[in-house]
Amino acid sequence: MSDLESFREEVRDWLDANCPAEMRRPMASENDAVWGGKKTKYSEPQQLWLDRMASKGWTVPEWPTEYGGGGLDKAEAKVLRQEMQRIKARSPLQSFGIWMLGPALLKYGTHEQKLEHLPKIARGEIRWAQGYSEPNAGSDLAALMTKCEDKGDHYLINGQKIWTSYADQADWIFALVRTDFEAKKHEGISFILVDMDQPGVTTKPIKLISGKSPFCETFFDDARAEKHNVVGELNKGWTVAKYLLTHEREMIGGMGSGAMRPAGDVAVQMLGKDEHGRLADPLLRTDIVRLEIDGLAFMSTMERVSDEAKAGQGMGANSSVLKYYGTELNKRRLELMMDSVGQDGLEWGVDDDVAANWLRTKGNSIEGGTSEVQLNIISKRILELPSA
Amino acid sequence: MAMVLNEEAGMLKDAARGFLADSAPLAQLRNLRDTDNADGFDRKTWAAMAEMGWTSVLVPEDQGGVEMGYVAAGVIAEEMGRTLTASPFLSTAVMGATALSRFGSDGQKGEWLPRIAAGEAITAIAVDEGRKHNPSSVTTTAERSGNGFKLNGKKSFVAEGHVADMMIVSARTAGSENEAEGISLFLVPMDAAGLAVDRIKTVDSRNFATVTLDGVDVTADAVLGEVDGGLAALEAVLDAGRAGLSAEMSGSAQQCLESTVGYLKERKQFGQIIGTFQALQHRAAHLYSEVELGKSIVLKALQTLDAAPEHAAMMVSAAKAKLGQVAQLAAQEGVQMHGGMGMTDEFDIGFFMKRIRVAEALYGDANYHAEKFARMRQY
Repeated sequence: MSDLESFREEVRDWLDANCPAEMRRPMASENDAVWGGKKTKYSEPQQLWLDRMASKGWTVPEWPTEYGGGGLDKAEAKVLRQEMQRIKARSPLQSFGIWMLGPALLKYGTHEQKLEHLPKIARGEIRWAQGYSEPNAGSDLAALMTKCEDKGDHYLINGQKIWTSYADQADWIFALVRTDFEAKKHEGISFILVDMDQPGVTTKPIKLISGKSPFCETFFDDARAEKHNVVGELNKGWTVAKYLLTHEREMIGGMGSGAMRPAGDVAVQMLGKDEHGRLADPLLRTDIVRLEIDGLAFMSTMERVSDEAKAGQGMGANSSVLKYYGTELNKRRLELMMDSVGQDGLEWGVDDDVAANWLRTKGNSIEGGTSEVQLNIISKRILELPSA
Repeated sequence: MAMVLNEEAGMLKDAARGFLADSAPLAQLRNLRDTDNADGFDRKTWAAMAEMGWTSVLVPEDQGGVEMGYVAAGVIAEEMGRTLTASPFLSTAVMGATALSRFGSDGQKGEWLPRIAAGEAITAIAVDEGRKHNPSSVTTTAERSGNGFKLNGKKSFVAEGHVADMMIVSARTAGSENEAEGISLFLVPMDAAGLAVDRIKTVDSRNFATVTLDGVDVTADAVLGEVDGGLAALEAVLDAGRAGLSAEMSGSAQQCLESTVGYLKERKQFGQIIGTFQALQHRAAHLYSEVELGKSIVLKALQTLDAAPEHAAMMVSAAKAKLGQVAQLAAQEGVQMHGGMGMTDEFDIGFFMKRIRVAEALYGDANYHAEKFARMRQY
């Protein structure tokens, strides 16, 4: 038996013994997701599953073991994913710490910073928020003005962030702040980690068109940050920010591509078939088949970009293609879902309604850099078209 | 399977690109057109392709081939799509080789495969009879006659039919016009009595043929696969061709994009390089994204043909449908962004638009394959 096959057996046995039955059922709604953190209490099976997975380092299988990871190589991590899928095990932990801050710390953090923060992310102890956008710094992110002053033994932060996802439930925030107001706009920015459990940090949820409030405004009024919490060099935060954004783009671009039921199946269930066995609405059928084919091509592209990166052939700007196409595709998918559910889908305020999802997807092509910004990046970095 | 080219395929790609750029660039197609070349392709180039093993890319080793598989065949087709090199590669090295190696008897394999591998035989596929591709719509008949069959009917849009040595013909041995059952495939030598070939010049400066079968006699040995059950084999052969065409269209789309972006960097209007205009940048960036998706689905289809050909139909239809859309977008955006120059015969971009139109129609257009995909998905 190959090493990988014996690893597979080991994983299978361990999952069988350790994944609670409740964690092998599909999530009924997004409220069932575990995000960790100090502010939310989870059910016993949720907490047990998280703790057990974290003890193996398998909430972050590919991170080094000294930082709370599983130390697995890509092939082993794939085996773990496959074995989890096999028993329909839920992801034990969703986290911006895992998806965004972790990769940035692994690349740019000091050993001490990694030791301090990564294990807590891996165990789900600390929930992180992302403080990037400001009211006057959206697509033009580098125009941010949140002020960070050197006060000798600490930093003092004043300003406002917006579109901070779940900031009202987060414990810490990684933020972009201006540390040099004289320098050019990209060169005076630093990447800093701030404990939100202090009077100088307050949050206020923003109600969206979907009726939900996944985003907040976050205010810094004389908030304090320790000096060792700047990641990367002072005033070089833009480099860290861009690296992290490529991870965010891939995350947003990939949302909704895998787990959702195929649009064709939903439409058949809702609308039925005609006497030839075709979906009863012929024009909708045309739109759906084109969506599904584009979806296959997109999934193949995600796979190819990842395999090319492993083979050392990838290029970073491809994350813009995935972000752009994936989010536009997701919007198309939800428009067709709305077409499929028809008038029944217009009911407001029911649990997990299609309408709320439909409205939520409209933000996909705005957050993490709008579609237009992604097209700018593609034309500049990949096509190398000149600037005006 | 990792979605990257392995070392062997990567080397083939570099070699193919170099050879085609040097020996069979678009100027060759122009010249074939302008001289009204009777073959519609360059025999010397074809011989060189055979020399390099391209004609044997899908021929098993025991029949004199190198059998590198569909990904490799796709790499060659993709590079030909960049230069629009005219050749019988698709009809012979892809579809002919697939038909014989997968469905041929030992005798049929021995007769044709070594010659295909050596570049000594050209084969054609005669499937369509009407305006639109439809392999199950067959009115050409094959009636039992003595020990063999007598074929009557007319086949249209037969790629390389005017230069082929042998043609694989679908004909009805039972059933009515649109029935799936009752179709059989026959290997018909092009010098058979009663067979008439009309060469047709198409918009892409290449040649097809209309073939009339008027009481053509073939022996029982000419049947490829099963009598009455030929449609499945035909679909498999067509899928190989469709995947190859998708790869070709992917290469053409990439070339259109690159030429267009190159033009955007050169052309000045209003005192500026037009590539600085965001209205054009976003169209080019969108096109780039579509072309990347096209590359991925083509590779996926080719890999599926190599790994599990019996399960490849859905991925092949997805690829042909997607590339039909992507390549047409590339050609249309290419001509538009080349402005007036895009309308001239002197610029190459129009050749791409014309070839892509033909490749799109051949063996099922985007709508045909979207419909087929929906049926396979059971909606």
